[in-house]
Amino acid sequence: MTAVITVPASLDESNFESVVEQLAPLPADAKILVDARHCRFATPYGLTALLCLAQSRAERPDFAPPEDDSTASYWARSSFFRYAEELYTMRGATPRPRASGDSDVLLEVTPVAKSEDVHAIVGRIQDKATQILTTKLDLEPRATMGFAMTLSEACSNIIEHAGRGGWVMVQRYNWSKRRVGRDVVQIAVCDAGIGFRRSLEQSRARALSERWDDAIALETGVMQGVSRFGDPGRGQGLKGIRGYVHRFDGKLTVRSGTARIAPIIPEWDEDVPRRDDLAPFAGTQLQVIIPKRVPAP
Amino acid sequence: MTHIDVHSALQASTALPYHDLVTRRTGAAVRTLIEHQLAGLKDGTVAFLDFSRIGVLDRSCADEFVAKLMLPLTSDHPARDGYVVFHGVNEMHLETIESVLHAHGLALVVQFPDGAAHLVGAVSETERQLWDLVMRGPARHVEALAEAAGLPADHTRALLDSLARRRLVRHDDDTYRPLGAAA
Repeated sequence: MTAVITVPASLDESNFESVVEQLAPLPADAKILVDARHCRFATPYGLTALLCLAQSRAERPDFAPPEDDSTASYWARSSFFRYAEELYTMRGATPRPRASGDSDVLLEVTPVAKSEDVHAIVGRIQDKATQILTTKLDLEPRATMGFAMTLSEACSNIIEHAGRGGWVMVQRYNWSKRRVGRDVVQIAVCDAGIGFRRSLEQSRARALSERWDDAIALETGVMQGVSRFGDPGRGQGLKGIRGYVHRFDGKLTVRSGTARIAPIIPEWDEDVPRRDDLAPFAGTQLQVIIPKRVPAP
Repeated sequence: MTHIDVHSALQASTALPYHDLVTRRTGAAVRTLIEHQLAGLKDGTVAFLDFSRIGVLDRSCADEFVAKLMLPLTSDHPARDGYVVFHGVNEMHLETIESVLHAHGLALVVQFPDGAAHLVGAVSETERQLWDLVMRGPARHVEALAEAAGLPADHTRALLDSLARRRLVRHDDDTYRPLGAAA
């Protein structure tokens, strides 16, 4: 019997939790159909997390693509179907990606599995994104280098710690009607690997901690910069990401296992610093949002 | 003095046309290649590592390359007697390099585009003050530097010896002098 997992109409970081909650009661080898027919909008987090979902299943899942033409077309242009077809059995037609001159996709869904991938990602983001970051987000050229660094560090963490490949995507949005009231760029870096808790299982922090769960592991890794390696130079990458996001008034969230933390919550958004006892999901999912720079008064 | 182009080292060590120093694997590959180059230099040589053709430098790569290159040079019993000065670093490179140096308690000399040398990383204000005095060269004895800094001679000697051990100044006989000064 196939269990149907319904993808919400709007698939972003927050709404992906409804997908995870539907998966939670099912064994990993249960046959599932991920039904995205009624989905009309998906962020980089949503698309990359859907690929992680397939990676996390023991049994190859089925996938019903969006029925809405423009949504399906966007997913195709974002290279989602290119990789989804390798992981899911598609139940329905998917459009071929067509060049559209769509400059809002700064980096299509891109696999991250080896060091060469990170070089390619950093190279592509500098080629394609620098103009948008400077003209649309009013970031200084120097800041675009920090943006590329943030991407490289987040992707490197997959290679160093996840134990399996993951995904990255970057997209610009006009959020003039949202609370932030300006353009933003979203980065999603997601994997279905071992997650923070298992990665830090052998660390000194684990040995010293009376309580050990996904939330503690996330705080240990992200906030305290602790790595499974004892070397004092480890943990620099996430520290660098936090510094960059904070400097540019951005937002950072990291989900792993059954917990999610928001180490940096800007004034333009509302969130809670930490959520425990979420439905379990494999690996680590990181999202960064950088808004358009507001000139100093 | 020897000039080492880090961009050339990056391309030679990875056999690919990269210009960004990202990922630990890349950092380790570049470090290994440059360590071989440094090992072939005469004792006392100053190697200028030129970053001017490097794009992005991330912290993980910098930790693997910069910090691990400097650590053996600054140990109590280094395998070789050599000096390293960074050159051609931009503002973002500098920020990244400083963060990894601080994580390991390291420091190094960076030559800026105007030719001026700066001390970056984990150094105290007094160490920086003494280093600045040494940089005004020529070679000076401890007593002269202590007097100029307004510090006791024994304390000054300990700090200067520490700077010399960390390869930030040269120590010959009883004098201290800048790295780049003629021997």
